[in-house]
Amino acid sequence: MCTLNLGVLRFSLTARYTGNMAPSKKPNVSKSDTEKSQTSPKQTISAKTELILQSRKHANNIFDLLEYLQSEKEKEVVCAINACQRLFCELLERGELYVGQLPKEEELLQGAWNADEKYHMFIRHRYNSCIELLLENIGHESYQVKESSLCAVMKFAAAEGKHPLQKQDWSQHYSFPKELISRLVWALLSEKQDMALLISRFQEFLEMDDVRYYVMNSARDNMHRVMERNKRAEMSVYQTNVFTLLTNITVPSQNSEITNFLVKQEAKYEDWKVAKLKEHKRAFELMWLTFLKYKLPMSMYKKVLVILHDSILPHMSDPTLMIDFLTAAYDVGGAISLLALNGLFVLIHEHNLEYTDFYKKLYNLMDPSIFHVKYRARFFHLANIFLSSSHLPVYLIAAFIKRLSRLALTAPPTGLLIVLPFICNLIRRHPSCRVLIHRPSADGEMCSDPYVLEEEDPAQCHALESSLWEIKSLQNHFHPDVSKAAKAINQALPEREDDISELLELSTFELMERDLKNQSQSVPLEFDSVTGLLQSPREVLGLHFSLE
Amino acid sequence: MGKPEKKRSVCDKVRKSSAHAQIKTNPFEVKINKKKFDVLGRKSKHDVGLPGVSRSKAHNKRKQTLLKEFRMKNKANSFIDRRFGEYDAKMAPEDKILKRFAMERQHTQMKKDMFNLNDEEELTHYGQSLAEMEKFTDGVDSESDSEEKGLLSAEITASHFGGGGGLLRKKSSEEAEAKSKTRQELIEELILKSKQEKRERQTQKEETHELIEKLDQEWKSIQNLISRKTPREREEEKDKPKLDEYDMMVRELGFEIKAQPSEKLKTPEEIAREERERLQKLEADRLRRMEGQVDENPRPTHMSADDLNDGFILDKDDRKTLSYQDGKWNIEEEEGDGGDDDGDEGEDDDGDEEEDGDEGEDDSDGGDEEDDDDHSDLEDDEDEDGEDDGEKEEESAAEIRHMLSVEERKEIQDTARAELPYTFKAPECYMDLKAMLQGYSADEQCVIIERMKKCNHPSLAVGNKAKLQKQFGFLLEYVGELATHNPPQLTTINTLIPQIYSLSQLFPEAACRVMQSLIGDAAHSMEENVEVKGRAAFPGLDMLIYLRIATLLFPASDFRHPVTTPVFLYISQTLTKCAVVSLESVCAGLILCCLAVECVSLSKRFVPELINYLLGLLHLAVPTHTSTEYHVVHPFRLQGKSSELLRVCDPQSANSWTRKNISLSSAHKVTATTETEKDHFKLSVLYACLDLVKRCTALYQQLPAYQHIFQPIRILLAKHLPVSDYPSALQELRKEILEVIPERPSEHAPLVFDKKKPIPLKLLQPKVVEVLDYGKKRGNTKEEKERERLKHKYKKEFKGALREIRKDTRFLAHTKLSDTLRRDAERKRKVKELFGSLATQEGEWKALKKRKRK
Repeated sequence: MCTLNLGVLRFSLTARYTGNMAPSKKPNVSKSDTEKSQTSPKQTISAKTELILQSRKHANNIFDLLEYLQSEKEKEVVCAINACQRLFCELLERGELYVGQLPKEEELLQGAWNADEKYHMFIRHRYNSCIELLLENIGHESYQVKESSLCAVMKFAAAEGKHPLQKQDWSQHYSFPKELISRLVWALLSEKQDMALLISRFQEFLEMDDVRYYVMNSARDNMHRVMERNKRAEMSVYQTNVFTLLTNITVPSQNSEITNFLVKQEAKYEDWKVAKLKEHKRAFELMWLTFLKYKLPMSMYKKVLVILHDSILPHMSDPTLMIDFLTAAYDVGGAISLLALNGLFVLIHEHNLEYTDFYKKLYNLMDPSIFHVKYRARFFHLANIFLSSSHLPVYLIAAFIKRLSRLALTAPPTGLLIVLPFICNLIRRHPSCRVLIHRPSADGEMCSDPYVLEEEDPAQCHALESSLWEIKSLQNHFHPDVSKAAKAINQALPEREDDISELLELSTFELMERDLKNQSQSVPLEFDSVTGLLQSPREVLGLHFSLE
Repeated sequence: MGKPEKKRSVCDKVRKSSAHAQIKTNPFEVKINKKKFDVLGRKSKHDVGLPGVSRSKAHNKRKQTLLKEFRMKNKANSFIDRRFGEYDAKMAPEDKILKRFAMERQHTQMKKDMFNLNDEEELTHYGQSLAEMEKFTDGVDSESDSEEKGLLSAEITASHFGGGGGLLRKKSSEEAEAKSKTRQELIEELILKSKQEKRERQTQKEETHELIEKLDQEWKSIQNLISRKTPREREEEKDKPKLDEYDMMVRELGFEIKAQPSEKLKTPEEIAREERERLQKLEADRLRRMEGQVDENPRPTHMSADDLNDGFILDKDDRKTLSYQDGKWNIEEEEGDGGDDDGDEGEDDDGDEEEDGDEGEDDSDGGDEEDDDDHSDLEDDEDEDGEDDGEKEEESAAEIRHMLSVEERKEIQDTARAELPYTFKAPECYMDLKAMLQGYSADEQCVIIERMKKCNHPSLAVGNKAKLQKQFGFLLEYVGELATHNPPQLTTINTLIPQIYSLSQLFPEAACRVMQSLIGDAAHSMEENVEVKGRAAFPGLDMLIYLRIATLLFPASDFRHPVTTPVFLYISQTLTKCAVVSLESVCAGLILCCLAVECVSLSKRFVPELINYLLGLLHLAVPTHTSTEYHVVHPFRLQGKSSELLRVCDPQSANSWTRKNISLSSAHKVTATTETEKDHFKLSVLYACLDLVKRCTALYQQLPAYQHIFQPIRILLAKHLPVSDYPSALQELRKEILEVIPERPSEHAPLVFDKKKPIPLKLLQPKVVEVLDYGKKRGNTKEEKERERLKHKYKKEFKGALREIRKDTRFLAHTKLSDTLRRDAERKRKVKELFGSLATQEGEWKALKKRKRK
């Protein structure tokens, strides 16, 4: 076969040039099909790759490889991807790809290029189509295919970086396959498919600073275009993908950490944008702002707010740009407002944000659901911080105390174990609030509760004239620990504050374990003898239920 | 000899005492210790001292002790006269003798006559008992003695003194031949003679002795014949007249039965043992009947004339004899059918019996198939009786026994098979228990567990406690499985409850542990579900029943209880975390609410979740969810897909509704299918809900925040609930509730701190401390003080000892010095004497010389 090919070299070269006009090479494929019947596709593919690499005359085998990329069989595709990766990397290294502005394939015949150039152009065209196929494969159902496609593209990017395909005649230009990365990002941010797995695989590459930088830029670009195209409507799949990609991006905290590059730049390293932390931060900031500019689904909103304070704000060059987003979120109400608190806290604390009516809004945030939401611990942690200032007016603190204690009437035991010490701590910090639990002046004088729960303004709710009868009621709570905690208000509070940080994450089971672990205590028994499932001395169940 | 001594001692005493008095008054002898402070009430021993007296005392004491020791130094032996009062100079010798005699007598009496009954001491004369002498028992001896003595004395006197005519004559006749003999020979002769006589006397004595003995024996043999009756008759004659009433009375009293021993109260262990034995007996009987072993003609057993008819039969000596065979210990295997000795068999044999029973059942099953047709009706009859106590059957069996035919025998076999076994082995695992209980009716299962409990009562064997303890867990598991059946077997569970209760009473710790682990696991899994999925399903009917059992077994009103506190927490967790998505979950929640209300009905503790949940349930019945006047919390939402679960679809169904208890199994699956049925179910749920709210209002009336707690419910009831569609019972309830909840919050006194006890002022009274020892003592605690005191004492003693030693040495040195001085003086005196004698010699010699010279 080899000898035969040698004999038809001239012919094959011409066929190549002529045949390129009509890309389908049926005879070749059919030939390969016949071959395949004898040998496994894997061997065929590797054999063909070897042939192509051996000499130019076998260059037409590339079409077969590309054919395999579209195969139905997953294994074949993976093999083909690996082969392509090997082949084109090799070719890139050899410099057999055309550098510079690539003429169109149609122009190839008319143009006055020598055979060598023509060959290079041909290979370059095949390379482009290969990349196209690979990017298509990123949307493949099989993760295996996706992953190897991704890896192959990244390999190409690395190789291109080393052997740029653009002419570098001016020195300002840095060789980086921006185009390729941008196309990859486009492929990753699919609008139909959840790419979470692949994106987490991609994170490995995002650790390289230059890749990350360009990914950030292209992601921003991508979002712009996609969202505008869709008229700013919510696109949950797409936005989930974007969010996954965005959360996987972490900007280094120091300039000196930027050392990991996909493509090493020799010239003018200092001026290179990629090497500057500031640029990174700016890109990061712009990317997030673009993402947040568009309407998000509720769950996405929450997710963003959860990570906002510790993985977004610190990496932004100007965190104050988030103010709009956060205040908007704070005004939404409910769980989202609770979550926005954290970001706002960072801004107020570190970036000197002046927020009027902050406390009023915080006051109105408190409704019965705060004891039941998932973010209870976070909320009380922040509320503890916000209310720790000793410069707050007494009426405000009293309003908070009164509101919390009113809400405590509907709280589960774990919530009560947080809120009761919390209230006690507030009274300790602001001794003038002590009248809430100790008002000796009006001794014995009966009065109804002057506090108005519905009043939105803490200044108008008459909390200071009230007493904490709710806590008094909770002294009768069924759980012994809660009851004990509520009894703290019966005496003058001791000076030391209770540490509520340990109680914040307390779960019902952990609370139960306290009783289950304590084996030493004796076990009293019911002395009334039992006659049946429903009968009991204090019959309630039996009144409403029957056995049948 | 005694007199002068006595005199001296007396005068010594006189002198001493007078001297003492003199000394005490003599100001030169007295030394007064000056005191720095005069402490009132303190008595001091050492204010006045007599140094001279004490010194002389000490000196004397040293002389008595130290000096003697010193003198005896380097000398091997010392003679100590231990006779009484030997060294006592003060005692008169007569006293001494008397005392010594008395002591000796005491001594002998104490030693020898300790057990001597006749307490008279033996008086002796020359070492021989006087009593013996007086009795003259040994006539022969005494005779011979006296003879001998007399003889001897006569001869001796004759020989010695040579007096008397007869003797003289004799002498004179003998003299002729004796003349030739010397005195020496004579004496020898005399001795020989006396010896010979002595020997003769001895043999004679022996002979008489033998004769006497022989006579004695003969007499004795005759005496038996002669004196048989005579003495007794004489006695009777004496006794008879003496019997008077008094004696008879006394004797009667002696024989009269004192307090009759009453039947002992049985301990629980004994009761348990008896119960088990009874069951074992019945079981053995049943097994025997099942296997068809009825002895047709019960022969009257042989009854011996000695039979007391008390049921004690020693039918065979079943004691095993120790025998050896081929050098090995031969242990005979017990033979005989197991039925007879079941009663004696120990705990471990229960298992065997059980197995036997199983086999027997199998056998009879096999037999049953063959002639099933013949006896089917009979069998049924007997089946009904089968549950009875067993004794009745035994009686009936005994009645028919006499006319047993083959058929009847089979009939009995069937009865026995249908009967429950009487003994049960405690199951080792859950599957065993299940196998044991399966196939029986609820009541029978109850009886089985009862019997199993009795057979394995902890007081019967060591391992039983552990076995029974496990049963609680198994039973609960079984109950749980029954609850998961479809439809759940609630009646069976209901009958098992008393058994569970009694087991828990036996082993509270085990029951507590099982319950705790059940609840803990359930709570843990629910929490995990909430964390992973964000919500959890309502627990199944089995868990609800576990909770119910827990609240039945353990007191819910305790402030903290190892079981009920977790149960409360679990209920609270369920009511806040589990999503209400269906009528089943509504029902499960309602059951939990009922439980919660029941649990707090005594303690009146506040359960916020309960109120929230009831509010939520009522909210489910509200048709339009636009109001924001009240908040519903977690498992419920203001709006949502399952927020109209309890809305009654057809207002007409209210007319056909009658109050009916909801089935517990609705928590498992609501059986209502048609719309009307569903509406009825909803109305029942709402009725229960309202009733619970009413109970809650009664419970929490006293809380200061009462109005705030029930405000949302009030708003909902007053404004939103579509009461007009509801039956009148519900409307009535609603009205009652609205009446109890005030619109305006009630008035309360503002909170004040609990009044504290005023801190008492510092007392300025002196603190009285008991002083045990005077002097400077450091240390604060008791131990330290004691230590200090001991140290002080030791120091004092040490110093005293040192002083004593010093004084001793000084004394010794003084004695040594005086000894040497005395010796020197002696020597000087002797030398002087020598010199003196020499000088006189010299003088004499010089005088002689002078005289010669002259």
